Amino acid sequence: MMAAFSVARSSSGLINGLRTSLKCFVPVKHGAVAAAAAAPQKKLLRDCRWYSAGHPSVKERIDKKRRAALVGGGQHRIDAQHKRGKLTARERVELLLDPDSFVETDMFVEHRCSDFGMEQDRNKFPGDSVVTGSGRINGRLVYVFSQDFTVFGGSLSGAHAQKICKIMDQAMTVGAPVIGLNDSGGARIQEGVESLAGYADIFLRNVMASGVVPQISMIMGPCAGGAVYSPALTDFTFMVKDTSYLFITGPDVVKSVTNEDVTQEQLGGAKTHTTVSGVAHHAFENDVDALLNLREFFNFLPLSNRDPAPIRECHDPSDRAVLSLDTIVPDESTKAYDMLDIIQSIVDERDFFEIMPNYAKNIVVGFARMNGRTIGIVGNQPKVASGCLDINSSVKGARFVRFCDAFNIPIITFVDVPGFLPGTAQEYGGIIRHGAKLLYAFAEATVPKITIITRKAYGGAYDVMSSKHLRGDVNYAWPTAEVAVMGAKGAVQIIFRGKENQAEAEAEYVEKFANPFPAAVRGFVDDIIEPSSTRKRICRDLEVLASKQQVNPWKKHANIPL
Amino acid sequence: MAAHWLSPSLNRLLFGLKNASFQYRCCAVHSKAQYSTVYNSSEKTFDKILIANRGEIACRVIKTCKKMGIQTVAVHSDVDSSAVHVKMADEALCVGPAPTSKSYLNMDAIMEAVRVTGAQAVHPGYGFLSENKEFAKRLAADGVAFIGPDTHAIQAMGDKIESKLIAKAAKVNTIPGYDGVVKTAEEAVKIAQEIGYPVMIKASAGGGGKGMRIAWNDEETREGFRFSSQEAASSFGDDRLLIEKYIDNPRHIEIQVLADKHGNALWLNERECSIQRRNQKVVEEAPSTFLDSVTRQAMGEQAVQLAKAVQYSSAGTVEFLVDSTKNFYFLEMNTRLQVEHPITECITGLDLVEQMIRVAKGYRLQHKQEDIPINGWAIESRVYAEDPYKSFGLPSIGRLSQYQEPVNLSNVRVDSGIQEGSDISIYYDPMISKLVTYGATRLEALSRMEEALDNYVIRGVTHNIPLLREIITHPRFISGDISTNFLPEVYPDGFKGHQLGKENCRELLASAAAIHITAQLRSQKVLGNLRVSSTPMECSNWEMCVELGDGCYSMEVTKSGNVYTVEVDGGVVEVKGEWNLASPLLPLTINGTQRMLQCLSRDSSGNIVLQYLGTSFKVRVLTKLAAALNSFMPEKIPEDTSSILRSPMPGTVVAVSVKPGDTVAEGQEICVIEAMKMQNSLTAVKQAKVKSVHCRQGETVGEGDLLVELE
Repeated sequence: MMAAFSVARSSSGLINGLRTSLKCFVPVKHGAVAAAAAAPQKKLLRDCRWYSAGHPSVKERIDKKRRAALVGGGQHRIDAQHKRGKLTARERVELLLDPDSFVETDMFVEHRCSDFGMEQDRNKFPGDSVVTGSGRINGRLVYVFSQDFTVFGGSLSGAHAQKICKIMDQAMTVGAPVIGLNDSGGARIQEGVESLAGYADIFLRNVMASGVVPQISMIMGPCAGGAVYSPALTDFTFMVKDTSYLFITGPDVVKSVTNEDVTQEQLGGAKTHTTVSGVAHHAFENDVDALLNLREFFNFLPLSNRDPAPIRECHDPSDRAVLSLDTIVPDESTKAYDMLDIIQSIVDERDFFEIMPNYAKNIVVGFARMNGRTIGIVGNQPKVASGCLDINSSVKGARFVRFCDAFNIPIITFVDVPGFLPGTAQEYGGIIRHGAKLLYAFAEATVPKITIITRKAYGGAYDVMSSKHLRGDVNYAWPTAEVAVMGAKGAVQIIFRGKENQAEAEAEYVEKFANPFPAAVRGFVDDIIEPSSTRKRICRDLEVLASKQQVNPWKKHANIPL
Repeated sequence: MAAHWLSPSLNRLLFGLKNASFQYRCCAVHSKAQYSTVYNSSEKTFDKILIANRGEIACRVIKTCKKMGIQTVAVHSDVDSSAVHVKMADEALCVGPAPTSKSYLNMDAIMEAVRVTGAQAVHPGYGFLSENKEFAKRLAADGVAFIGPDTHAIQAMGDKIESKLIAKAAKVNTIPGYDGVVKTAEEAVKIAQEIGYPVMIKASAGGGGKGMRIAWNDEETREGFRFSSQEAASSFGDDRLLIEKYIDNPRHIEIQVLADKHGNALWLNERECSIQRRNQKVVEEAPSTFLDSVTRQAMGEQAVQLAKAVQYSSAGTVEFLVDSTKNFYFLEMNTRLQVEHPITECITGLDLVEQMIRVAKGYRLQHKQEDIPINGWAIESRVYAEDPYKSFGLPSIGRLSQYQEPVNLSNVRVDSGIQEGSDISIYYDPMISKLVTYGATRLEALSRMEEALDNYVIRGVTHNIPLLREIITHPRFISGDISTNFLPEVYPDGFKGHQLGKENCRELLASAAAIHITAQLRSQKVLGNLRVSSTPMECSNWEMCVELGDGCYSMEVTKSGNVYTVEVDGGVVEVKGEWNLASPLLPLTINGTQRMLQCLSRDSSGNIVLQYLGTSFKVRVLTKLAAALNSFMPEKIPEDTSSILRSPMPGTVVAVSVKPGDTVAEGQEICVIEAMKMQNSLTAVKQAKVKSVHCRQGETVGEGDLLVELE
């Protein structure tokens, strides 16, 4: 928590700047919101600093406060925000939501700090440093908070936290997702423990809402210290390239503690978190790109755990044969192919929203639609590390599977896995308990589960990947499937140890096991299907499984191996 | 080497039906090719033919064999094991690994395949072993028929020097040049000076533009000599070169001949193949707009004279250069079936493969010269997996993720050997297909070609349809004013895609906006009973901004039913369509004109790539609000490319001419990349010191791979 202070320190410097900025307070058009408060009010605004002057009526005071709220920290700060390549909190909300759908709450809330001169009027901003409310994305309800960097650097005051908690509480009772647009310097240092309490209040709600309504964090500026744990607790964390940072402690503290020289970008930029740490699920080019993509992403999600996966109107025929799949798996079992090719050609309109595309690339996860219905896809990626399961890919897969299960999204699993990755790095890193997470996630999931074995399904990894034994509803094999304990070479070395003609033994093993029959005759796969018919089969199965009912035994909560 | 096609793969075992349906589809590809001659089934030819080739030509030959009731054997390399020609054939054998020298040029393996399968004849297609006298000889020794001319004709015509002498003797017009083999660069320079510049240096054993260079001065002669001999050695295993006068601004017109083993020979009219890039044909047509019947007859008769002089049998092609005053010169004779043979088939009604098979069996020609008609007009576009924006076409590779031939249109023939899901690899020719259209008149054939190109769906590889469509709609091409220099003359700064006029630009912008809005509206259509009701926006007009290139156009869009009315850039565009967001083809009616657009990609941040008039255009559609806010977004600075040399195409590094620390001058060669048998010299764009070299000789590199960094 130490770090929060160090980061937020910079925001106290902002107060001085604000004095001047408020004086020359002239509304400048910055999109339609500002337009609402345009020119005619100019006269009123000139003396808005002194609320008591001339005893204005209540109505006038309401108008004045509303207008003040709309410009946040003032035009200077807005310009500075734009100069950084960032949009303001309100511009972001406006772009994210359907036109005119935003209903704001707590526009009049102000911070309650009375220390360090904070009680003065010029340090009070209607709405404080966050904009909250509800609105619609493509007609569907959503709750939003958007931190306002122009007010005290978006720092979190007690009032700021209270505003966020209020909409989260309502989102839970109504059953609608919460989107947080994070752009905050950290804790409001002037408020001390009040601010820390505010964080905890939010954390608690993040946890309570987890699995009840989808929670999405879009990091659009700094987010440091204790603040990072709110995004970390939400279902998805997205970042904006070059302008957003997530870290526990900034580069200065890192330098003083561990003597490492590191830039903000290296330490906690979008690239770091989407490729190295796995903290963020996607990075976008800039604010506009991020918000437009967020709208698209939102379309995939149900509003809450009480709702089924949404079904959108679909133009792609559900019985479309995908001829290219008949030749996609190479003849040589050692040769790679791109699992994304399979996924894209099977789903509706080749539209696949990949989650964590640059992290643990040996597993592919993401959302798509089949005949209009949202589905979650998990697939081994033979192109990267032969599609093996290792620590990172297991954790990536497990978290995704659990999200889908929590929100009634059917899971389609494409299997081409040679096994778990061997080696000391993996064993010391705890592949056993991390691999168990993926196993656990698939096993406990009660949503419709459809599995397609495209090629290798070896060893324990076969069991893990949504196998029949883990209550897979429909398990298919392509003719190229090989379900076995291990590859031919390894198996032969054990079974036929010391035998002269290893090649012959290998051929025998291949003939026996390197095909879908051993699994099919035991009913471990339900059918061997022509690859080109995969789309048709899945669409049909999803239709049937839509009414699937399955309940796990009562428990306080399960104990996943964390 | 020739492992017999091991046990029917599991695939086949499980889905006996699959192949049946597949073959049906393959047949459909050719169903539009109409041959006027009816196949005489009582005429017995061969029971089984092996096709020593791959790709479209193997499929083409198999097609006729099926018609004639002949069993077919395909050979393939290991990477081709699931290729279309393999699936079409009755039997298939693997003849080696991917490199052609180890598979399709591997005579031992192919001879073994012939023996194992008991094939009675071999059709060599074009390229590979089609003009290899050694192969023909070995087949003859084994008593297997070679579907092509006799060995001595292959030998005589295959050697450019000898063929010229024979042509001269047969009173065929020839080009002035040096009738001997050139051994050194200095000798080349001396001869070139004697003939007078410009000269052409070419491989004695070559063809198809490979190992061929034009030189305008001594320096270029030396360089050309070096490249040509290297290319000749790698392509033909024979580095002998010859030099001749280069005819400026010529047309390339060739005569198809057909001869039997009884001394009969016919000329089947001409094909004009003047549209070329780097001496390789791109667009061909039959007949030529340039020839009158007198010239045609003169050329035809000389071609037949030559064929008779070498006792030619089977189908062959005599290539001529024709200058602006209709003087024609013998260039070479190709003793095989040509790539562009379908256009001759279209206008004459003959099935050339069928005739070749008959002749190989020893039958006499069925036709007399006066029976050979010119019915209508046929155009062929060679659709290649290559990037036309780089020197009119540098090879590209990839997987055909989506592929749909425009065979639903009438008077369209597509000869291809690939299908959706096929890989275009670095090992073989990057041709995707030959798109042939025909009609009663040239104009008819051309407009059908335009339509066919617009309806052709190719995704996953870069292709040359933008260039093809520009060529066939260019006023110079339409008027028939063409030569082999057409491309460099029309596009002196390189091909840049279709240049949009104001009207077309508006159409493109309006279509893009309409698609974007359609997709946005669709996002609101959530089906089923909803616990929390949805409140879709009731809206039928929008203010949008569309970015195209450096321009940003604001527009007002109104929707009524299926029709979008767009006010943009001072004009009004009405766009009507079905608006199917899943279909790759997007048939629209724009201001009353039918247009076939293709939506290549579309994402949620408004980026749309549309193929319009053949060229793909990248646009970004934003609401007015989003566009206003987007202006605050910083420009991302692209990488400085002048100091970085990246591979423009996938291929093999043949030579690296620099090492770190060297100073290179602007234009100096840095390294040479070979792709699809073409050597490409990569040069420095500025004078600089070499910082680091990231490639080695013999290494395989992908497109965009970093080769050399300059300081």
